Amino acid sequence: MMYDWLYNLTGSEILAMFIVSLLPLFVFILPFALLAVLAERKVSAHMQDRLGPMRTGYHGILQTVADIFKLLQKEDLVPRETDKALFNFAPLLVFIGSYAAFAAIPFSGFFIGSKIELGLIFIVGVTGLVVAGILMAGWASNNKYSLLGAMRAAAQIISYEIPTLMIILMIIMLTGTLSLYDLSELQTAYFWNWLILGGPAVGLQKILLIPFMIMGCLIIYTSTLAEVNRTPFDIPEAESELVSGYHTEYSGMKFAMFFLAEYANMFAVSAIVAILFFGGYQSPFGYLGNTLGWTWLVPIEQFFWFTSKGLFFVFVQMWLRWTLPRFRVDQLMAFCWKYLIPFSFVILLLVGLIALM
Amino acid sequence: MRDYIYNFWQGLYTILIGMKVTFRHLFVPAVTIQYPSVKPQLPERERNRLYVNMDDCIGCDQCARACPVNCIEIETVKSIPGEDLGTTSNGKKKALWVTTFNIDFAKCCYCQLCVFPCPTVCIYMTDVYEFSEFERDNLIFDFVTLLPEERIEKKKNYEEFQIKKEAEKAAAAKKAAEEKAAAPASKPVEPKQDGKEEIK
Repeated sequence: MMYDWLYNLTGSEILAMFIVSLLPLFVFILPFALLAVLAERKVSAHMQDRLGPMRTGYHGILQTVADIFKLLQKEDLVPRETDKALFNFAPLLVFIGSYAAFAAIPFSGFFIGSKIELGLIFIVGVTGLVVAGILMAGWASNNKYSLLGAMRAAAQIISYEIPTLMIILMIIMLTGTLSLYDLSELQTAYFWNWLILGGPAVGLQKILLIPFMIMGCLIIYTSTLAEVNRTPFDIPEAESELVSGYHTEYSGMKFAMFFLAEYANMFAVSAIVAILFFGGYQSPFGYLGNTLGWTWLVPIEQFFWFTSKGLFFVFVQMWLRWTLPRFRVDQLMAFCWKYLIPFSFVILLLVGLIALM
Repeated sequence: MRDYIYNFWQGLYTILIGMKVTFRHLFVPAVTIQYPSVKPQLPERERNRLYVNMDDCIGCDQCARACPVNCIEIETVKSIPGEDLGTTSNGKKKALWVTTFNIDFAKCCYCQLCVFPCPTVCIYMTDVYEFSEFERDNLIFDFVTLLPEERIEKKKNYEEFQIKKEAEKAAAAKKAAEEKAAAPASKPVEPKQDGKEEIK
């Protein structure tokens, strides 16, 4: 494990803990956010037969770096009639909420921030802070658009948490574990052991599970997509209706915090889908390191597979964003309560019956 | 219930169709171009900024008269005898110094009407279309190739020549009057000579 290794290296518990907790941020989330913002712009541009940013660096590679510098230079503007304390704290809370989720995400067998047993529940719980942060931002801004956006966001996230939790419950019922590390280890070796293909079970049970797993995967992907407020579920920040929703009044670094949190959340959500259904950090066809006898290569390969699965789902999120138009508020709620929740209940029941077999 | 399932299926299926379309467009070459470094191909008969080739201009003023918005301003000075202004590219002899040839592109409506009457094809449209300015006066383009001093000089030359001619005329008239007084005989020859000189 990373922590033990760093503990042996530095000889100090505090230092090791500090490094382990900061690593995902500096090694992963910041570069990922930089890359994802650029990727979003490039993907959207190419999907619309445009070119996107082209001037800064080769094909605009440095565009987001330039944007970050611009945001850093901006004045930290706090509107006069806002609730200053809440206004300043909200972006932090949103970022903390989405960053804390990374503590339990296993990037590889070697690198998990915290190997807690209740990983899944922890992630679901701690991302709830995001709702509080968004509501706080909307309320403190003292702006009707911000407040409407925050209200919509809260309603939406709370509604879509239900199908998410139902599917997570289904996985827990099937595997009997809440730890993300155990879940990943369970789906080891080859891709037919992934839960999307019925998991490590054999025989009739596996074949019976496959359709439910595919449905469950679709449902959790859709509902988590709604939880991170991305198109087609982006009504909390619908530009045409609400300027930009709960972060209308934010500028400079505080806006950047919201932005970073959004992209961190995108990856966290994709990672959860990858862990639950696509084997987490497990390679689909065995490890090169094991074949060659280089055991040190295995965690790196695992990290590679994990990030590629995560990035693939992030790409699908972008793909959906530039394909689908935005839902109307009533459609959004109807979709959750009339379609996703009943379906997830049925899946939960039927998978329970299959698991009893 | 059947409608419900059908709706769900229809939703999923149509999303996949949409995703197929956007995915295909991911690999379609972009239709935008990198404008200042790559420029669009202009049509053959594009109408942009005018250019006047002063070597060919004979100062006939036809373009200025054709202009519907009076954006062309031409002033000419007659040359004095003995000055050689050269010929145009299609062999016409030039007889006038063009001391002013201003085109105000702030007024110009790019109608190309000035291009057609030109007898020497010296005014034509170019492919330059990026010439915005901060001052409106900067859009008045001066095409004359003569230096400012030369322009004044040409005017002065002509005026001096004119004065000289007046003097000569006066002298001739005086002489004629004297001759008339003496013997009224060879009169009609003189004005013809004057006319010829002037054309030259």
